[in-house]
Amino acid sequence: MSIETISLSGRKKEVSNKKMSFLESLYLVAIVKGLFITIKHLFTRKVTIKYPEQVRPMSPVYRGQHMLMRDEEGRERCTACGLCALSCPAEAITMKAEERKPDEKHLYREEKYASIYEINMLRCIFCGLCEEACPKQAIYLTTSKKIVKANYERDEFIYGKDKLVMPLEQALNNTKLKTAN
Amino acid sequence: MDSTIIIEKGVFIVIIFAITMLMAMYSTLAERKIAAWLQDRIGPNRAGKGGILQPLADGLKLFSKEEFLPDTPNKFLFVVGPAISMSVALMTSAVIPWGDKLHLFGRDIVLQATDIDVAILYVFGVLSVGVYGIMIGGWASNNKFSLMSAMRAASQMISYEIAMGLSIIALLMMEGTLSLREISANQSGMHWNVFYQPIGFIIFLVCSFAETNRTPFDLAECEAELIGGYHTEYSSMRMGFYLFAEYASMFISSTILSVLYFGGYNYPGMEWATQNWGVNPANIIGIVVLFIKICFFIFFFMWVRWTIPRFRYDQLMRLGWKILIPLAIANILVTAVVMLLLQ
Repeated sequence: MSIETISLSGRKKEVSNKKMSFLESLYLVAIVKGLFITIKHLFTRKVTIKYPEQVRPMSPVYRGQHMLMRDEEGRERCTACGLCALSCPAEAITMKAEERKPDEKHLYREEKYASIYEINMLRCIFCGLCEEACPKQAIYLTTSKKIVKANYERDEFIYGKDKLVMPLEQALNNTKLKTAN
Repeated sequence: MDSTIIIEKGVFIVIIFAITMLMAMYSTLAERKIAAWLQDRIGPNRAGKGGILQPLADGLKLFSKEEFLPDTPNKFLFVVGPAISMSVALMTSAVIPWGDKLHLFGRDIVLQATDIDVAILYVFGVLSVGVYGIMIGGWASNNKFSLMSAMRAASQMISYEIAMGLSIIALLMMEGTLSLREISANQSGMHWNVFYQPIGFIIFLVCSFAETNRTPFDLAECEAELIGGYHTEYSSMRMGFYLFAEYASMFISSTILSVLYFGGYNYPGMEWATQNWGVNPANIIGIVVLFIKICFFIFFFMWVRWTIPRFRYDQLMRLGWKILIPLAIANILVTAVVMLLLQ
């Protein structure tokens, strides 16, 4: 057996360049075969996902829009240390720290918090380094399950705390689920 | 009497015109839908329920586009090109028998715009003028790709017109008439010509693909080589006319195929229906049956388009001259011999 004829997969086909017979050169047989293949596809299940109505389930590790987490009591975890901004390779994160007032203990977990926290979604490359850098587990890209929406205005891409912080109900729900388990 | 027949024919012609336009319009949607289904997709489904208003949206878009005129010395021809394509595509429907007759308002209404006794010659003549629209448009565009596409369209038309004409000769020898009405009437009771002339039918079918510039013979609008071909320089509704003319001529070709080879408005049990249900219901079913046949052929045109790739130019010429024409001549000879033996 010469090396040209060995087929390990069993699917190898010898290609020949022989002259077509008259029947073959009419192409009719080949065309009818092709028509049967395509008509079968008319009745198969369509693979299209009608996007805005139907959403493809996201992978658990998909890095989408960031979320600033709350703890079990619904307090913001972020302490505005700035490590995320420091680690960010795209310089997308800005923040301004503020000291917690005594009557704000139910709002913020640490004594210092971020009064302004902005991510420029045009600069962000969704690498997840901020998530890795955060010592307080305050920022995650995997929990929001959202894709950053398209927009016509560049200003609209700078997301502040209003869009980034986890909704309070979600935090309380999470705690409920945890205690129930 | 004279004025009533003018009104009758006038109304009939307007109805046919409207139906042809409607069919051409919805063929564009059908094409996109069928393309999608054959490729496991859904297709346009946003304009209206299930995309039913998509043709209107497409038309509106074409109307609202800028009408661009290239720097060409043949401005008049540039405008005339699409007009010829469009009017020629619509003219053929005049001789098609859409049904036998209806009995309305105390008179028999023949469901045909005009029953001329050279109907097939008329159809062939008008269809081959169709290539002038493409040629003039391509010539006047002042663009080498458009010109090349026009030359291709013309040579393709010449090559396939011969085989088409020869394939129909065998049919005419059997029928002994050129009138489409008589050919339809002769096919009543499942004596469809496709059973007697299968090879002639296949040749005619292949040639209709070439005549309507549909895949696999759409070398004239080959995107890969000719950037769209003869309509490269066209925009707005002139472009729309070319696209629309293609679908209109596809509708007409399907009609001619069903009238010549698939019995036209005849269906099994038509005589029984006429005797038991009366003339009108039987003939209305006939019209519906004819449209079902037409729709099948339109579907077939699209089905083929999304199955086979475009032929290479030399393959196209070889198929036309070396295979279809000899086959058509052999078909004529065999038909003649069989007819003589049966006499």
